[in-house]
Amino acid sequence: MESCSFEGIPVSIAYADPRNGTWWACQDHGHWGVKLQRSKDRGKSWEEVAAPAYPEGEEVKDGLPATTRYLWSMAHGGKNYISRLWIGTDPGGLFVSEDEGNSFQLVESLWKHPTRKEGWFGGGRDLPGIHSIVVDPRNEDHIHIGISCAGVFETTDAGKSWAIRNKGMSADFLPDPTVETGFDPHIVVAAPSNPDYLWQQNHCGIFRSIDAGKNWLDVSEPNGPARFGFAIAVAGDNPDQAWVAPADSDVNRTAIQSALVICRTDDGGKTWKQLRNGLPQESCFDIVYRHALVNDSNAVVFGTTTGNLFFSPDRGESWQVINNYLPMIYSVQFAD
Amino acid sequence: MALVKFTYALKRFFPKLTDTKANGKTIPAVLQEIEANYPGVTKYVLDDQGSLRQHVNIFIDGVMIKDRTRLSDPFGENSEIYIMQALSGG
Repeated sequence: MESCSFEGIPVSIAYADPRNGTWWACQDHGHWGVKLQRSKDRGKSWEEVAAPAYPEGEEVKDGLPATTRYLWSMAHGGKNYISRLWIGTDPGGLFVSEDEGNSFQLVESLWKHPTRKEGWFGGGRDLPGIHSIVVDPRNEDHIHIGISCAGVFETTDAGKSWAIRNKGMSADFLPDPTVETGFDPHIVVAAPSNPDYLWQQNHCGIFRSIDAGKNWLDVSEPNGPARFGFAIAVAGDNPDQAWVAPADSDVNRTAIQSALVICRTDDGGKTWKQLRNGLPQESCFDIVYRHALVNDSNAVVFGTTTGNLFFSPDRGESWQVINNYLPMIYSVQFAD
Repeated sequence: MALVKFTYALKRFFPKLTDTKANGKTIPAVLQEIEANYPGVTKYVLDDQGSLRQHVNIFIDGVMIKDRTRLSDPFGENSEIYIMQALSGG
């Protein structure tokens, strides 16, 4: 282990900005609130910077004051906006920094979206939260975000205006599954080789879009393990290849039949292959949180709720243990 | 002047934090003085809207404050104000 920082403090997101090598740690102190830490020397030293905060008087709902409860996603603004960073929060606010993270401002257009106060609600957390921020590398003003529970939103003007992109998704936990918002995309990612190909592991299955989120198609296995879960990763060189980390079901959030499995599709979700070689197949209770499954070329890595970290050098065909004794793993990222 | 005391748990983040006399006549005023000496510490105690964080308590002369939103509980010239972490986590 090269370094260990903030022992004993939960870190909701550990993020390495690939543009400049700056490391970020989004902290979730139980008592003292969320904090944001920055390191420019790979974790040798850290400086606390002001975490995103809601302006005075803002409310989540009428009578419920807005305060940052959780930092749930972080993304850089792209090569054309070298000082820009995005952070998604519970209770549903998106924040942007234009000064390398020295300060963050609430994205008012999304916060004032007409669906927010009545049409968004908690999913996985008590209040709505933004867990996915997908910046299009071809046009860095083009961004998708994922909100639990609201769904997928798209901007093409760097956050000035937003379109809802929930067509084709299901929300079978609602009395009216045809709602405009209220969907639960557990995580949304884009294929690096074709960012119009979006994938999401949703509460209600696995969905894929080939038109930048305008239409979603359920690509889950109706009777197989590739259905419920939290995490998804897409191959860098193939927009049709993706991995998921299935859990049993929303009412039984543990490994399926006490065995750990990663599923991979090579054909855009038409079929899924079960990858178990090297993973525990008995007495296992691990599940994989939404930011804890990633890939880079042939390498795939995931971390689990019981502190196991697994590595595959061959796109999931075989697995090796990196560590069995870590704390609960919230996020994993490859860093240079 | 009221005397402000802090839980040891805050010293992990503010190692120089120590008992501090404050002139302020209200808790927000006292916290403002503390902030001047220990920049950033109020963000650990108060949330974005200036309310006491859910798992933080303030005691005045051994009595927990009642107004966690506006922090309007009165105190005297010689009061002791304790800033504590709640034991909500066990």
